[in-house]
Amino acid sequence: MGLMRPALLSVAERKAAQGHIHKIKFDTPFQPRLDALMQTHEWYDWAGYRAPHSLWSEELEYFAIRSQSALFDISPMVKYRIEGPDAEAFCNRLTLRDVTKLKPGRVHYTAWCDDSGHVLDDGTLFRLTETRFRLCCQERHLPWLLDGAFGFNVTICEETEEVSGLALQGPTTCALLKAAGFDGIETLKPFDIRDFAHQDGTVTVSRTGFTGDLGYELFIDTRRALSLWDRLWDAGGPYGLRAIGYAALNTARIEAGLIVANADFITAETALRADRARLPDEIGLDWMVDLKKGPFNGRRAIEAARRDGKARFVLVGLEIEGNVPADQAIVYHRKKREVGLVTAAIWSPTAKRNIALATLERPYGDSILNDLWVEIYALRELQYTRLMKRAKVVPKPFVKLARRTQTPPGDF
Amino acid sequence: MTTWDAIVIGAGHNGLVNACYLQRAGLNVLVVEKNDWIGGAAVSRELTPNYLYSNCSYVCSLFRPEIMRDLELPRFGLQVVPYEGGAVFTQDGDYLAAYHDHHAHRRDFARFSKKDAESYDRYARDVTRQCRFIQPLLLRTAPDPASFRPRDLGELIYLGRKFGELSAEELALTIRFWTMSISDFLDEYFETDVIKAYLAISGIIGTALGPMSPGTAYVLLHHYMGEVDGSVGAWGFARGGMGAITKALADSFRASGGTIRTEAEVDRVLIRNGRATGVVLADGEELKAKRVVSNADVKRTFLNFVAEDELPDSFVKSVRNFKMRGSSGKVNIALDSMPEFPALPKNSPCLQGDLHFTDTIERMERAYDDWKDGRWSADPMLDIVIPTTLDPTMVPPGKHFMSCFSQYCPPKVEGREWTDADRDAFAETVISQIADYSPGFRDRIVHMEVRTPREIENEVGLTEGNIFQGELTFDQLLFNRPVPGYAQYRSPVHGLYLCGSSTHPGGGVMGAPGRNAAKEILRDLSRPVKDMSPAHDVI
Amino acid sequence: MTSSDAIVIGGGHNGLVTAALLARSGRKVQVLEASDTLGGAARTEEFAPGFKVSTVAHLLNQMHPDVIKALKLESHGLSFGKGVSPTVTLSENTAPAILHGGYGDRLDGVSAGEAAAWKALRALLLRQTDILKRFLTSPPPKIGSLTRKDVISFGGAGLALARLGRDDMREFMRMILMNIADVADEHLSDDRLKGLLAFDGTVGHHLGPRSPTSLLGLYYRLAGETAGEAGAQVLPQGGMGAIAAALAKAAEAAGVSMRTGAPVGRIEIENGRATSVTLESGETLKADIVVSALNPKTTFTDLMDVRELDIGFVRKLRHMRMAGNVAKLHLALDRLPEIDTLTPELMAGRMVIAPGTDYVERAFNPAKYGAFSEHPAIELTLPSLSDPALAPDGACVLSAVVQYAPYHLREGWASGKVKFLERVLERLESTLPGLRKTVRHAELLTPVDIETRYRMPGGHWHHGELQADQMFVSRPIAGHAGYDTPVDGLYLCGAGTHPGGGVSGLPGLNAARHILTREA
Repeated sequence: MGLMRPALLSVAERKAAQGHIHKIKFDTPFQPRLDALMQTHEWYDWAGYRAPHSLWSEELEYFAIRSQSALFDISPMVKYRIEGPDAEAFCNRLTLRDVTKLKPGRVHYTAWCDDSGHVLDDGTLFRLTETRFRLCCQERHLPWLLDGAFGFNVTICEETEEVSGLALQGPTTCALLKAAGFDGIETLKPFDIRDFAHQDGTVTVSRTGFTGDLGYELFIDTRRALSLWDRLWDAGGPYGLRAIGYAALNTARIEAGLIVANADFITAETALRADRARLPDEIGLDWMVDLKKGPFNGRRAIEAARRDGKARFVLVGLEIEGNVPADQAIVYHRKKREVGLVTAAIWSPTAKRNIALATLERPYGDSILNDLWVEIYALRELQYTRLMKRAKVVPKPFVKLARRTQTPPGDF
Repeated sequence: MTTWDAIVIGAGHNGLVNACYLQRAGLNVLVVEKNDWIGGAAVSRELTPNYLYSNCSYVCSLFRPEIMRDLELPRFGLQVVPYEGGAVFTQDGDYLAAYHDHHAHRRDFARFSKKDAESYDRYARDVTRQCRFIQPLLLRTAPDPASFRPRDLGELIYLGRKFGELSAEELALTIRFWTMSISDFLDEYFETDVIKAYLAISGIIGTALGPMSPGTAYVLLHHYMGEVDGSVGAWGFARGGMGAITKALADSFRASGGTIRTEAEVDRVLIRNGRATGVVLADGEELKAKRVVSNADVKRTFLNFVAEDELPDSFVKSVRNFKMRGSSGKVNIALDSMPEFPALPKNSPCLQGDLHFTDTIERMERAYDDWKDGRWSADPMLDIVIPTTLDPTMVPPGKHFMSCFSQYCPPKVEGREWTDADRDAFAETVISQIADYSPGFRDRIVHMEVRTPREIENEVGLTEGNIFQGELTFDQLLFNRPVPGYAQYRSPVHGLYLCGSSTHPGGGVMGAPGRNAAKEILRDLSRPVKDMSPAHDVI
Repeated sequence: MTSSDAIVIGGGHNGLVTAALLARSGRKVQVLEASDTLGGAARTEEFAPGFKVSTVAHLLNQMHPDVIKALKLESHGLSFGKGVSPTVTLSENTAPAILHGGYGDRLDGVSAGEAAAWKALRALLLRQTDILKRFLTSPPPKIGSLTRKDVISFGGAGLALARLGRDDMREFMRMILMNIADVADEHLSDDRLKGLLAFDGTVGHHLGPRSPTSLLGLYYRLAGETAGEAGAQVLPQGGMGAIAAALAKAAEAAGVSMRTGAPVGRIEIENGRATSVTLESGETLKADIVVSALNPKTTFTDLMDVRELDIGFVRKLRHMRMAGNVAKLHLALDRLPEIDTLTPELMAGRMVIAPGTDYVERAFNPAKYGAFSEHPAIELTLPSLSDPALAPDGACVLSAVVQYAPYHLREGWASGKVKFLERVLERLESTLPGLRKTVRHAELLTPVDIETRYRMPGGHWHHGELQADQMFVSRPIAGHAGYDTPVDGLYLCGAGTHPGGGVSGLPGLNAARHILTREA
């Protein structure tokens, strides 16, 4: 079985691409619209793209997610197309979950590991057809995917720039899409995928998101992308559509208990310190590990680690006394023994609780759940106030909304 | 007649670093330098009016920040400016660029191969992991594994523990770095010729090995273990040229009371009853000292300055066997305007970085084959920088200084001495390669300084013109450098020390050998080393 | 379906050693050999009517005494015949230097001073080899989980080193990764001896004598012993096929069942465990364990579903360098070549054309770029001289190892082979004038021929470059050193495992011992 590699560019194509350096930060196709809406001028670097941290107000943008419709540009997300007769077998060997159970037109959240069972990344795997998949993730993995394709009849292409994406999230999004001409969108169940006509092509819509709310993600050929934004925007007025930046999204994702690679855990291939790599069981992804399916990458190591009790950490949700977010705080047992670190923390506007994601060293967070404390250094007007607050391990998500899964979604 | 507490032979950067630390520890130190200028191979000289060259070394990364701080070099004018990326021109009229910005870097690599572009992250991680392992060793004296002294055992245990902390994967990586060729090593990550060629440059610079020779993966590490302001692996220009480093060192030295004598060439080290007691200059003048520290290389020191009968036979044999093989030359060019490189986009930031024309490992290796046969490379590997793009003060406004490091260049031409005609022919191979990529280049040349291993040896005193004072192969690193059993800066002659790049951790404008030697000398004096700040943490 | 306790895939010398030792523990062992004869790289074949030759390895210099003892090979027909063969340096311009005994414990044809220098160097190298030898006969340690045995091995090496004294200890740690050219230059002045060392350090490796680490190649060679002499060699009676025959007899006596002409198509794996093998014919044979004497790359990427393996493992495996550099030349000669400087006794030994370090280095240069040596280095033997049965009456067989002939020849071996043969014959003719007129038949085996004929990927006789990053704790690959594989019940025992290739039987011996402790 030959390994099909993407062809290298010709000299002329290579030279034509030289111009990229004139702009250190790339723009997505939606940049003209973002530029027009940008009030705060708070940009950040998302994988080499200029992306909005906020557009007009972090706080109000969040409420667009929870009360109306919020539009977020996810084009910088790294995307790989995996196609061919062995695509299913390839994905099944690559990732932790059973891909044979993923039907065409469905997407699932999954993760993949190196040979030692350490997580390389998490992401979403879209099964677009029987033999075509799209893997969306935070880090880049082309060498790993291509090396993994040895012995499989499958083609793998990186298509981050070719495919642009928009996340449309919030309670009114289904109604908005209906109004924008996405007929039948209400029948889409969570993790369903469907193609809709757009201009002379199609837009692929999935009922997915990173907010724990009702919402959709729309993927489209970059050349047709801008008109998709306009189509949504034109229909969106009555549904309260707002464009948002990452800050609002981050608040929503913490409420939903969702983790971010290289924020809540360090991915195995980027870790400079070998001990920072994590097993799925150490970052709350143990439920993905499907030992009922055949061989998959890292299986032997994960099984051995479980057998030998080598999972040293556990990722938990914490509810913390008071209202001061515990960003990067150290977690203590009995106020004395250091047992972990908070990786994400907010005051949840929806749950009205002070919540956090934290990595604890077992048995803390695993069998020892009482008497946990976090030490918060609150910097207020050039002075730290040190707070020692009681923390309680609570189930995730912190915010669970019925509308996320209700089908058809309510008309709001 | 004064009896100095210490005489340091050679005002190169390591000699000056050593002298500074000793002087600051309260010793009365004299540095003797044969030239009428100081700096050794870290020197800026004005050979044509108003143009300052970095005559030998030309970029800065390895110089230890601990030393800059201890010796207050910023106070004496030292400033290092990091530079932006670099480029390799390809024979098909394109170029490969490296940029500071991670994603711009990836995007340019992706023009050649998306896979290679993404492999770079794993490659950079592996290099960084290994550098983090090695960095803490730079400012430590290597243990003698054949010794049972508590101190050596302690250091060996430290080393053993460091190795013990490595995971199986990291240890395998360590073995690979120490034994593989840079070409084979890069093959495990990359598929594109030009990308491999670009990255392989650091594996061969200064060494008499080709990119396909085992051991060159380590040489690459040696070039990556430096930093500019904590940015590991970054390189920069010293403002005012590399001489600014030695100038600041000399000023710091004088400010603490030290004395430098130029045009004071050492003929031999005075030895009485197996103990160094001073030096005799070429003009016969005797200078007395309680100890002598040589910044000259190990061969020059023991084969030229010390009578053979003062040394054990086995030691002399080992010194003779020490490999110092000149492998590089240099052409310094004063330009009356900025050269054009039509392949690069206008105002490309790459022009501020390192430029190269060797786009395959094979061309690099063939350049090495020429050297093995005793010829300079017909198609040399050039490492070019134009420091005046970031430091205009070295030249008149609008003018430029270009430093062209060229490899390979043999210490002898087919077994005979270099002639001036050889030197000019060597320069021509360099100029013509540049001119192929830069139309009108020759017309911009105002002045040129050509340095073959002959000039490097005669002026700077580096045997065979070897820029590292000895090859960086395992048989000459750590406890083997320069000679097993004498890797702790001391020698068979009491009171005669080495402090140059022939000693651990080796070449490059690093300063670590000078500092480590000072520490050992002060240890022998039972003096505290309070003015020496501890090595920076690698956390 | 037939069932055995163990199936050994590949009836080469290592496969036979493992099979015999497993059978002697009372196991029912089945050997499956793809070709029609056993022996792998140790074989004697007819290459021209009436002319027979050892077609791959042609000298015995590493068969380990432990293997000979464990299998009682001498009672099964192994014989060192007329004893240790000399080594002679050949060149058109200079008289030969002659090494007698175990790698020149006595020299002829060199100056007294040089002979003394050689003696000292030889002694030094043998002392250093002694330190390393202990690691040959046990599995490489597993980094991160050293066993007591590993610690004892390392401790033993450390002690042995310390016992040699401080100077030797330091010298060892300086020299271990050096190149053979520098080592030779440090001790010797005679180009004939330096050239010989250059050749012996690099033969079978993708290295030139100036490549750092090439001394390891010489250590490896000197670690071998024959007839009790370190570094010695013999031309076995009946060719290397006789060695295979002795091994086969030992295996048979131990009760091993051996099938030839039975190429394996697939190793079957159920729930992560090897359970059986399927022959290319479709027949399936069950076994509790499967041991592969084949090249690791073949074992994992051709004989099983790669999805049973992890990506990082396959990545490392595919990066294992195993492009051979050695061609094998067989000449059927009308008569014995005339070499007036040599007695028949010397001509019956090993003759090496490698006149100087630079000669070998220049031979290596083109190999880096996928071209063969313009002036190759050659090790030749005339086996019919001591074993007349190998050639018709009055005729002579010449067998030569020729370097460098890179597997990845840029122009391709289809057209390159004729050109290279011409180069080699020219080279031989200039050293042995008149030789070409007597050539009745010439057979050149390029690495590609060796790959196809003997199923050795890359035509690499070590089953993978034996360089510092691919030996000991990194053989066959880092993180998976030794004889275990990620697949339960599947083991390796071929030259691709520690300590490496050469007809030593050591990988087979170590693997068998390891399997017996694991599967006790």
